Amino acid sequence: MIGLTQVYLLAGLVFAAVAVLSARDASNSKRWGNAAFWALLALSMLAGDRLGDLGNGVLVLGLVAIAGLGGLGRGQPADDSAQRQERAARHGNKLFLLALVIPLTALAGTYLFKYAPQIVDPKQVTLVSLALGALLAFVAGLTWLRESPVVPVEEGRRLMDAVGWAAILPQMLASLGAVFALAGVGQVVGGLMTEVIPSGSLVAAVIAYGLGMALFTMVMGNAFAAFPVMTAAIGLPLLIHQYDGDPAVIAAVGMLAGFCGTLMTPMAANFNIVPAALLELKDRNAVVKMQVPTALPLLVFNVALIWWAAF
Amino acid sequence: MNLWVLIGIAVMVGGFMLRLNPLLVVLAAAVSSGLAGGLDLLAVIAAFGKAFNDTRYVSVVWIVLPVIGLMERHGLQERARTLIAGLKGATLPRLLTGYLFLRQATSALGLTSIAGHAQTVRPLLAPMAEAAAQPKNEQEAEQVKAMSAATDNVGLFFGEDIFIAIGSILLMKGFLEQNGIVLSPFELSVWAIPTAFAAFAIHAFRLWRMGRRLR
Repeated sequence: MIGLTQVYLLAGLVFAAVAVLSARDASNSKRWGNAAFWALLALSMLAGDRLGDLGNGVLVLGLVAIAGLGGLGRGQPADDSAQRQERAARHGNKLFLLALVIPLTALAGTYLFKYAPQIVDPKQVTLVSLALGALLAFVAGLTWLRESPVVPVEEGRRLMDAVGWAAILPQMLASLGAVFALAGVGQVVGGLMTEVIPSGSLVAAVIAYGLGMALFTMVMGNAFAAFPVMTAAIGLPLLIHQYDGDPAVIAAVGMLAGFCGTLMTPMAANFNIVPAALLELKDRNAVVKMQVPTALPLLVFNVALIWWAAF
Repeated sequence: MNLWVLIGIAVMVGGFMLRLNPLLVVLAAAVSSGLAGGLDLLAVIAAFGKAFNDTRYVSVVWIVLPVIGLMERHGLQERARTLIAGLKGATLPRLLTGYLFLRQATSALGLTSIAGHAQTVRPLLAPMAEAAAQPKNEQEAEQVKAMSAATDNVGLFFGEDIFIAIGSILLMKGFLEQNGIVLSPFELSVWAIPTAFAAFAIHAFRLWRMGRRLR
């Protein structure tokens, strides 16, 4: 059955190839740092299950040491914009067909693989489809554009250099969430929230629930981590049991209030920090800043919706 | 209640404000909260390592970069710019509002992974938005690119919860069930619709204003 194992194998091979090309990148003064960083990530993908918990922890220490001590550099990109213009004119809009291979494979795979549970792990349909789309586009691109397989990997290395340490920040934050849960951070925050709310005020409870969801999401970087804490602390005991609110509205809209928090925090790195790195923006927080004016009125809307629709 | 476990949050906030390397900050936060929560150092590192290994799927998305790079080498961004520049009436607000609508609609059908920052925003949407807006300086160009990424996020977040089999709906259903409240996914997902409309209205209004400001 095709599942995470095969996807991780593919990802490991890609990172390993990037590591090798980084080591050979003479234009990057810190090329050994880059090579070691991507090699560690390749090791994690290929053999993470055999390293043991402490082994994986040491691997993380290595990644953080390289990135944290400024060991990552960036090669000089060969700027051949004239050549790109010329090629763009020659290929025409057929380039968009190639660009659509990944999304269309993801689309088809998401639907079709559900009917083949013996071939593809039903829980991993999305990731398997994404990997398959990347492979198909890789082969189609090489065939159509008549390039050697080294070329896309070299281009991939160029883009990975641009992303740099931000590439593993989302995974690091997800792991931080797990350690926070182990240490009991959620219960403490939930406990504090309950003490803050004045008793007997429905409006105060609704506002505390909505704002708390957004704020705790901003701290944790993830509404999924905030939801159980805030719902257990305020949603269930006060809004649902004491004030007899509609649990569907409280849960569903409460989660969306959390999503407003996701838009406003650098902790949600894969949505907010990674794109800034991918788009090579100067300000790491440019995307967050752009989202705050949408998120705040929407948060007000969500709090008002809970108050109006649930009671 | 052991308030010391909150020290990790303080470390995160302080580290981000001091603009230290975020990877260092995250690890320091985990270690400080873990120690405060009664774990020893090796146990914290092992717990972090286990979680890191369990969440590798988060970093799988980077496997699309070689293909994206190959297409960029052959002029995909330039082609995207040419296409938009050749369309009469392709303004920044129209382009991004159209994308917002498509992203919300497809996410509502469960098709969350057909677009994204690596797959569509960097190679297609951001260059198209730049061509449509024709920014006058570097600062405006940065704003247009950041807004492209922001539009993808808003579309995804406030579309996906309308789909009944998405992770957050299943999380809510599971959590409520543990607490004795049984709801169908549909009862939850239907309540994502008002916010989806509100998100579209608010963000489209901001796009319209941005279009006027940059003109």
